Amino acid sequence: MNTLTTIHWQLACRVDDVPQDGGACVLLGGEQIAIYRFTRRDQWFATQNLCPHKQQMALSRGMIGSHGEACEPKVACPFHKKTFSLLTGECLSGEDYQLQTYPVKIKGDRVYIGISA
Amino acid sequence: MKYTAKPVVVVVGNGMVGHRFCTRLKAAGGFRIILFGEEPRPAYDRVHLSEYFNGKSAADLSLPMTGWFEDEEIALHLGDPIREIDRERQLVHSSKGLSIRYDYLILATGSSAFVPDLPGVEKEGVFVYRTIEDLEKIKAYAPRAMSGAVMGGGLLGLEAAKALLDLGIPQTHVIEFASRLMPRQIDSAGSHTLESSLKQLGLQLHLNKSTLAIEGRDRIESLQFADDSRLAVDMLVISAGIRPRDELARLAGLTVGTRGGILVNERLQTSDRHIYAIGECALVHGNIYGLVAPGYEMADVVVNNLTGGNKTFPGFDMSTKLKLIGQDVASFGEPFAAEPDCRTIVFEDRHKGVYKRINISPDGKYLLGGVLVGDASAYNILLQTVNNRLVLPPNPEDLILGSRGGAVEGAGVMSLPDEALICSCESVTKAAICSAVMEKEATTIDAMKKCTRAGTGCGGCIPLVKDLISSTLSANGQYVRNVVCEHFNHSRQELFDLVKLHNVRTYDEALTQWGKGDGCEVCKPVLASILASCWNETIVRQATIQDSNDRYLANIQKGGSYSVVPRIPGGEITPEKLIVLGKVAKKYNLYTKITGGQRIDLFGAHVGDLPAIWEELIEAGFESGHAYGKALRTVKSCVGSTWCRFGLHDSVSFAIGIEERYRGIRAPHKLKGGVSGCIRECAEAQSKDFGIIATEKGWNLYVCGNGGSKPQHAQLLAVDIDKETCIKYLDRFLMFYIRTADPLSRTATWLNKMDGGMSYLKNVVINDSLGMAAQWEQEMQALVDSYTCEWKEVVNNPELRKRFVHFVNAPRKKDPGLEFAELRGQVKAQEW
Repeated sequence: MNTLTTIHWQLACRVDDVPQDGGACVLLGGEQIAIYRFTRRDQWFATQNLCPHKQQMALSRGMIGSHGEACEPKVACPFHKKTFSLLTGECLSGEDYQLQTYPVKIKGDRVYIGISA
Repeated sequence: MKYTAKPVVVVVGNGMVGHRFCTRLKAAGGFRIILFGEEPRPAYDRVHLSEYFNGKSAADLSLPMTGWFEDEEIALHLGDPIREIDRERQLVHSSKGLSIRYDYLILATGSSAFVPDLPGVEKEGVFVYRTIEDLEKIKAYAPRAMSGAVMGGGLLGLEAAKALLDLGIPQTHVIEFASRLMPRQIDSAGSHTLESSLKQLGLQLHLNKSTLAIEGRDRIESLQFADDSRLAVDMLVISAGIRPRDELARLAGLTVGTRGGILVNERLQTSDRHIYAIGECALVHGNIYGLVAPGYEMADVVVNNLTGGNKTFPGFDMSTKLKLIGQDVASFGEPFAAEPDCRTIVFEDRHKGVYKRINISPDGKYLLGGVLVGDASAYNILLQTVNNRLVLPPNPEDLILGSRGGAVEGAGVMSLPDEALICSCESVTKAAICSAVMEKEATTIDAMKKCTRAGTGCGGCIPLVKDLISSTLSANGQYVRNVVCEHFNHSRQELFDLVKLHNVRTYDEALTQWGKGDGCEVCKPVLASILASCWNETIVRQATIQDSNDRYLANIQKGGSYSVVPRIPGGEITPEKLIVLGKVAKKYNLYTKITGGQRIDLFGAHVGDLPAIWEELIEAGFESGHAYGKALRTVKSCVGSTWCRFGLHDSVSFAIGIEERYRGIRAPHKLKGGVSGCIRECAEAQSKDFGIIATEKGWNLYVCGNGGSKPQHAQLLAVDIDKETCIKYLDRFLMFYIRTADPLSRTATWLNKMDGGMSYLKNVVINDSLGMAAQWEQEMQALVDSYTCEWKEVVNNPELRKRFVHFVNAPRKKDPGLEFAELRGQVKAQEW
């Protein structure tokens, strides 16, 4: 897909900073971003760290998993277990919340987050 | 104004009904909608207004406006009431000076509180109960009031009384002119039952009281009644009924009723065909409908008419079910029908505070209506029976007594006709729900809400929706298995046995062997708990399958800070240790509170400070209290025979011994215990999962008690046993529970679901009827022997310590969003 926005890749942390099949939070340019290391699927995801339900900086501490037959990757907020798709940021618990998602790139032992300019 | 080809619909009033109208008309499309509201805030849920006093904020109550402002089809003017309608030129003039031409005008101005013309109503301390602003005023005034009264014992009046109780006003009175409470919904006998329940909750009721005057210098001091009596009160909330807001319509020359209300026909059209009135301001078929559901129906009728339909409003069923101050109250169909037009069946249980009345047709075939007080669990099915004219069973008393033959509850839902309205807020029929189950696989409440919107309004239909989902599934041959979640087609007990049998040690192994997909927030903690119960390897080794609290070994609190609870076995603590707790709390700026389990909870710790805090605590001899885990919390004790003149045995030493024996053991849910030194039961042991009470000859052991939302007394398992036997029985009991209970079910719930109940449990634990006793005792001993303190492991392991940071790329930086407020000289979490 062609897109007109350019993505700036920013160094976020080291691979081992993020626990296997779990998340961690990084601070990038004043933004709190949750990074998820989905070891079981060999995939990485990133979203905003703020859970939109009660405005808590908590998603990086949530449990990750999959939803439905399509195995959509998801995270559950530790506060009230609202779940969100890690692919689209859409709330999967039947409410109209939406998360910002970010692309993730791994180079060696470094994790980069793509911020669109 | 911008030229637009779309017809312009101006809506006056941004309450629940006006909001519903706009949402529905927006969805239909083809109109430009301009909404004027008097209140400064967006529309909010008035039905749940009283929840504002138990912690909900104005934002929680606000109604969603998803998609409203796309395509610029809706313009919203808040805090700008319409002051005049120019019908000739089809113009409205707003208070802020806007003039808008309309093609259709919708009046949804609602109602205001009716304030009787009493001397003194203008005094300070007199309020009405209608809007969030009213509630804010009441909340601000309440702290200086020692006593308060509500004028009006109707539905809203009792809601207001609940609000005063929630605000902590020590003396709350309800004053009602009629001879019974809720005169529009329930009969005298129902009112009597409700009165005794409310009195027990601390409300003081005054019926047959006609208020003459509100007395006091500048502020209210007392009420004077027609029977010459007086009542001294510091504040008064008037809730004596509603009056339709029809002043704008009057001014415009529209026809209004003699007792108020904008007169409309069955299409909700006023005397001007361009103007409609909906909700509580409309007078339709001679009635003002003061509930939200008929208002929603009116909104839908007008949307239908504006979009070319010809739907009419035939009147509305005023059946209602609500929870007032924790008491179920419901009335449906014709609650007051009397002989000879009907026959009445009444059930009354004064002990439990339950009253039920049903009115059936003289031929015994149909249900006409009824009243339920104290237990309205049958409401949905009774209402459906009336509305769908279902033929009654031969013993209609079963409807209120419950089938005494042991038939499955909810079995009756499938007999409802397809068109039966299940969710009246969103107009969802039984057929729509069943087809969502079958065709769209909406088999959970969440999925059903998303699919049909059923249950998203007042939520009252949710039990019925649940019944329909499971009945539809089983009617189609789908065995409803008690499985953990979508990833494991097994119950917790099956998984427990599999883990044990196959010696599985990690979540990933279990998922690969018996599950599918990548797991979720339900099955991960369930397996984490099973693995811990089986092998007792410290949970920090598989941190990311633990629920958040177990992952950080602390309890997450509002704002994302954590609380720290060191173990204080039996509630016994030395002065030296108390000083350490105080020093640590001061050093890390923690809020301290004594818990219900005789421990000290330290709140407001930053995630990054947790290892350092624990290092200091462990240094002083403390260990983890497992307050974050589904594990043994505390064994509460009274001081017992070491000091107390009544004490029979040393309850503190026994409590400490038991707490130290079972500390750290993971279970399906948390576990609490208690030991009392005599029958005075100061340790409240009978409200715990296990409770031990000293007797002359030894100890009595009680099990499966529960505090919480559904309190239940523990039941006697064994009498006059010695300490060793007591521990043996406890070992067996706990292992049986750990092995067989569903996830997150406390021992009380576990027992309630057990076939054979207490006598079965006694047989298993005392008579070893399953032949498991020796194995369980051995397994428990293995758990006891392998205990280690999780926090000690973290504190001594630099790799584990590294996990306790907020930002992994800035480990020393704390979450800048985490802020605290001040409360009585300590910190507290910011409101969310």
